[in-house]
Amino acid sequence: MSTQDKIEDHGLLRFLTCGSVDDGKSTLIGRLLFDTKTILADTLSAIAKTSEKRGLGAVDLSLLTDGLQAEREQGITIDVAYRYFSTGTRKYIIADAPGHEQYTRNMVTAASTANLAIILIDARKGVLTQTRRHSKLASLVGIPHLIVAINKMDLADYSQATYERIKGEYLEFAAKVGIKDIRFIPLSALNGDMIVDRGDKLNWYEGPTLLEMLETAPAAHTEHTEKFRFPVQYVCRPQDSANPELHDYRGFMGRVEAGSIKVGDAITVLPSGRESTVKAVQLGGVDIGEAFTEQSITLLLADEIDTSRGDMIVKSNEVPAAVKQIEATVCWMAEAPMDRNRTYLIRHTTRDSKAKLAAIDHRLDVNTLEKVPAEKLAMNDIAQVTFKLAQPLFADPYLENRGTGAFIIIDESNNNTVGAGMIL
Amino acid sequence: MTQTTQGATLSHLDWLEAEAIHIMREVAGQCSNPVLLFSGGKDSLCLLRLAEKAFRPGKFPFPLLHIDTGHNYQEVIAFRDQRAAELGERLIVRSVEDSMARGTVVLKHEGESRNKHQSVTLLEAIEEFGFDACIGGARRDEEKARAKERIFSFRDEFGQWDPKNQRPELWSLYNARSHKGENIRAFPISNWTEMDVWQYIEREGLELPSIYFAHKRPVVMRQGAIVPVNVPLVSGELANPVKAGEEIIDLLVRFRTVGDISCTAPVESDADNVEKIVLETATTTITERGATRLDDQTSDASMEQRKKEGYF
Repeated sequence: MSTQDKIEDHGLLRFLTCGSVDDGKSTLIGRLLFDTKTILADTLSAIAKTSEKRGLGAVDLSLLTDGLQAEREQGITIDVAYRYFSTGTRKYIIADAPGHEQYTRNMVTAASTANLAIILIDARKGVLTQTRRHSKLASLVGIPHLIVAINKMDLADYSQATYERIKGEYLEFAAKVGIKDIRFIPLSALNGDMIVDRGDKLNWYEGPTLLEMLETAPAAHTEHTEKFRFPVQYVCRPQDSANPELHDYRGFMGRVEAGSIKVGDAITVLPSGRESTVKAVQLGGVDIGEAFTEQSITLLLADEIDTSRGDMIVKSNEVPAAVKQIEATVCWMAEAPMDRNRTYLIRHTTRDSKAKLAAIDHRLDVNTLEKVPAEKLAMNDIAQVTFKLAQPLFADPYLENRGTGAFIIIDESNNNTVGAGMIL
Repeated sequence: MTQTTQGATLSHLDWLEAEAIHIMREVAGQCSNPVLLFSGGKDSLCLLRLAEKAFRPGKFPFPLLHIDTGHNYQEVIAFRDQRAAELGERLIVRSVEDSMARGTVVLKHEGESRNKHQSVTLLEAIEEFGFDACIGGARRDEEKARAKERIFSFRDEFGQWDPKNQRPELWSLYNARSHKGENIRAFPISNWTEMDVWQYIEREGLELPSIYFAHKRPVVMRQGAIVPVNVPLVSGELANPVKAGEEIIDLLVRFRTVGDISCTAPVESDADNVEKIVLETATTTITERGATRLDDQTSDASMEQRKKEGYF
């Protein structure tokens, strides 16, 4: 018997933690890893030694997320780090993004793959500018579920009144910004209250612990009611194989970005508009009959249609618009500001197009959350812009479908990724 | 090969598998001359199964490359050759000893570990064949420098990784563009942990070199680590000769990672099949590298340093 028959598998949840070191973010992550027994003895003894060296009384769990030598030298966090833990029934990937203002781009990066965000608030300080900034960014990047964790309750006498006041403040702000699915929880990451164990100081709080919230949060794409979108990554034509049966094999390889597909479905290939039906759905050359969002598969069609990387296969009754101009929210990520006179490359699904900035509608001030006029885009700016495209893209609004609503901007002179965009 | 979709939510292994296949196909779609680094170790054996799932019934759109230090376990080298032959894929082997003969690798002393010198031989192979991308089996849970590395990691002409100047990586939109001479390292199992790897091996019924399973082996204790001694090499020599005054013990051990003999230590274990290893992995108290990699203990930042110098 395989060990995997013994336990339930609730799949995988990717989440993001927002906050600065002062909010206890590193301590929270350390606590999650420690209390789920992800931290092993040798790692623990290493951080215990460091804690002692730095003259700390107890083991400082925030040291678990201590970064690179390059970062320690400068005393800053420069990048998103990914950490892992598992409860036996669910696997978690934490994207740990630094919280400072100049690192808007890191938070957008970390949020792009997350399905849930934990916003940390220091119970002594309440809702701050950075709380609003993180929440707004999380909602812009389309994270469907938010947990507002009011931390450091141990330094606020575990006071229910403090918790309720901060919760009220946040809800007032959230209503203005339009954030919907929010849950609140009081915590002490330092002492481990309400993370994995309930502790005995927060008995007035009757809701689930943080880990229980994570265990029951919906994974991405559980509904599969979305329109089928299949960008072609690679075409498999094993003609030179010794097996004559494979001579006519033509497999379109890709990942289902949204929706589902099964044998017999009527499909359209874009941009040609040619129609056919699905002859087979395969994985590793083996028929699997049907497939859902996020599965990497190979599609075989009933008709011979010339198709290559960059094309998209969709269901014939759900064809997306082909657009040569897009309006989008863009986060600029390069040191050099965006040059309005230059042509950039936009990569959307598996398709590239040259693009030029047509207009900057406004920039978002991430601190006041006000729309302000802008002439240029500098690093960490977030703005609503219009691009003109050389090639049509097959796009959906980002908030309907992240996979076909997102794009990156590439500077062809140095091949760097200089921006990220979300189609409106 | 099995695929277990529970209702409409992918199990964690199915999700990880789908992500890895997507990454491999992006390499194949975006790069003109990629290669897959294959050592015969468990992580790279997972990569081969993932490549089968990604590209069969076609051939792999890349050859396999092993950088052989000349100090590898015979069982692993034999297994490497056998697996490549079974798959019918092309295996290229380039040797650190050839780099030593050319004078491009100079050991500080005869006994110095050749592990970090693999970088030189790898860069020479990249130049010889003009590879624009190398697919590797590194995981982010192994080490903190890796926790911050991109799935598609850009390296300059000297193979150097610059942690402060990485390309932003969002959604699953990967940027594998490079100029001639530059190189992309792609890591399809970045998001896997040691446990995921063993669970995948179990689910897929993958075969492994015998030294991953509990076996009796002559070892000595050096600075708290179990060090295998008198290990026969393919060349007929013995690696890790026992030093004067050391006591040889015949111990029941298995390897959690497999690499250059000079820096890979086994752990005491009686786990002689994959299921037992999965259970042991679930209850272990020592990290994979902490237990077994003698090279990472020299300095807190040694992986970061090696990567900056072109290491995988």
